[in-house]
Amino acid sequence: MNRTVLSRRWLALAILVGAFAGVGAFTFGYAEGFSYLFDDPAACANCHIMRDQFDSWRKGPHHAVAGCGDCHLPAGFFAKYWAKARNGYHHAMGFTFQSPRPDLPGERKVFEEPIRIKPFNWRNLQQNCLRCHGDLTHDLVRGATTGEDAVSCTHCHRAVGHEARR
Amino acid sequence: MERRALIRSAVPFVLVGLGTAVATGLVAALLMNIFERKQEAKNPYLKLVELTEDDVDPKKWGVNWPRQYDGYRRTEEASATRYGGGLIGAEGGLPPQKSDKHPWLKRIFAGYLFAVDYRDRRGHAYMLKDQEVTRRNLPEEAKQSGNCLHCHASVMPLYRKLGREALPQGSPREQIVAGLEKVGAMNYWDAHKLLAETPGGAHPLSCVDCHDPDSMELRVTRPGFLQAIEKLAASDADVPHLPSIARWRAGNRSASYDPNRDGTRQEMRSFVCAQCHVEYFCGKGMTIFFPWSRGLKVEEIEAQYAEMKIDGKPFKDWVHAETGFPEYKAQHPEFEVWSQGVHARAGVACADCHMPYKREGALKISEHWVRSPLLQVSRSCGACHPGSEQELLERAHAIQDRHAALLDRAGAAAVEAIDAMAALRRQGREGDPRLAEIDQLQRAAQWRLDFVAAENSMGFHAPQELARILGESIDLFRRAQILALKQTL
Repeated sequence: MNRTVLSRRWLALAILVGAFAGVGAFTFGYAEGFSYLFDDPAACANCHIMRDQFDSWRKGPHHAVAGCGDCHLPAGFFAKYWAKARNGYHHAMGFTFQSPRPDLPGERKVFEEPIRIKPFNWRNLQQNCLRCHGDLTHDLVRGATTGEDAVSCTHCHRAVGHEARR
Repeated sequence: MERRALIRSAVPFVLVGLGTAVATGLVAALLMNIFERKQEAKNPYLKLVELTEDDVDPKKWGVNWPRQYDGYRRTEEASATRYGGGLIGAEGGLPPQKSDKHPWLKRIFAGYLFAVDYRDRRGHAYMLKDQEVTRRNLPEEAKQSGNCLHCHASVMPLYRKLGREALPQGSPREQIVAGLEKVGAMNYWDAHKLLAETPGGAHPLSCVDCHDPDSMELRVTRPGFLQAIEKLAASDADVPHLPSIARWRAGNRSASYDPNRDGTRQEMRSFVCAQCHVEYFCGKGMTIFFPWSRGLKVEEIEAQYAEMKIDGKPFKDWVHAETGFPEYKAQHPEFEVWSQGVHARAGVACADCHMPYKREGALKISEHWVRSPLLQVSRSCGACHPGSEQELLERAHAIQDRHAALLDRAGAAAVEAIDAMAALRRQGREGDPRLAEIDQLQRAAQWRLDFVAAENSMGFHAPQELARILGESIDLFRRAQILALKQTL
């Protein structure tokens, strides 16, 4: 008696968990979740916000030598996936919970538009400029490379990656 | 006992079941959110109603393009920047008089309707209403002509109707010009009545004035602009910011320049605004025209006015009540001044700053709540300029503050020159040899000051050009003043 009840419960539970797993897997696939684990720059335009950045990168000077991640993610394996996870979390939260009509009075602004790079990602970016161009620029960029008084490469070379800011 | 144990053993299963159900629900909600964003990114719209050239009511267009219509409607909201606009004031909901901030405006317009009533701007939604509540246009005085409707109303159906009646065999363009002339010859209120009797009724400028109802492409409709840009292209005026005119000039010129055929997409994003935000003349007894046949600069427009004759007499807008000298009145030469600035030269269109792109979900649309870029600095300036919103706003204010100080300095010079010229007039010196020269100096000075003061950007559209014009104005006013004060021998 007890056994049958238990196994019936197991069955019900298995159906529920299976449904969850199925819907979850489909959602993950539909949202192109796997693309975020790899390096194809197209993944960065999945959520449409960085469409202009992506388009102008394709026409920009670095498109043949560096993709999004080459400049925007740290080089080491763990640091890279930590940065992917951190940025992915913020982007997903911001994109999902943005206001559908951000202009209406009293609407909360989840993120700035045009989007702007924040200190964590700017440090990664700067390090990546120097990773390739350091030999050429080490006379310019002495001492701290990411501190307050560092010479920021993209301050002048704004368009090397992508011109669009919108 | 056994029953209680059974219930207790079921609790974890129920909890896990509930938790899974909630989690599945959340994932489904996320799935829907992603689906909606993906749909938005495809930028679909449903054409629920068919539109024609006669659909002047924006509400009908709003059925197909609700987001753009929402923005258009928000032009009803009062807004103010440091120097422009004005929140609804005490006088029955109208913005403040410009002379509250710049008292010299009353002096330079003495004897003209702009000394009676000259208020700061409101949004696009008010353009027709504002033309009818201003004390410059009282029905019993009938001082304004139907020309005003060229820009204050969605007037094309009336032009076409009257044009068809006047020239049944004419081309559409000839009919529109004939309609323009007919409406311009009427009293304002008679023209308004006729417009209200057309099937679409009387509306402020709306969608159809800038968009083709079939393709939604930008196009210009206003005959005043079409005639003027044609003349500008045919002139040899310097217009490096309008590449399509350079291309047309280099061609065989078999057909006259037509912005709807020759203009680039980016130029059209300024041309649609230049249908109205320009210097023009629309006084009674003449059909409205934009004075661009010699160029867009302040002295090129002045030269066109100076060579014009009305009934054999030199052209003038009015005679100054204090000095007795004839004057020109400037309207709001935003397009002309923008044309002299660095943004125009860099290919930045009116719409880039005044109707910047915005996102709603994954949809990118241009803002139809047309307003000052200083009210949306990130979207407007931030699309090209790095820096925080605060930093960019401060840079714009630095330009405007300097300009405002110079403008008031020119206003002070104007008032002192007017005092000296009025004193000279009171002495009754008919035939004074100085009069002809003073007349020239003061008209040039006043034209320059008015041109700058009437332009809506407080210096921003072309800071150096406007400072040059104000510098000339101050110099000319002071020379007129010195001459008026000088005792003749």
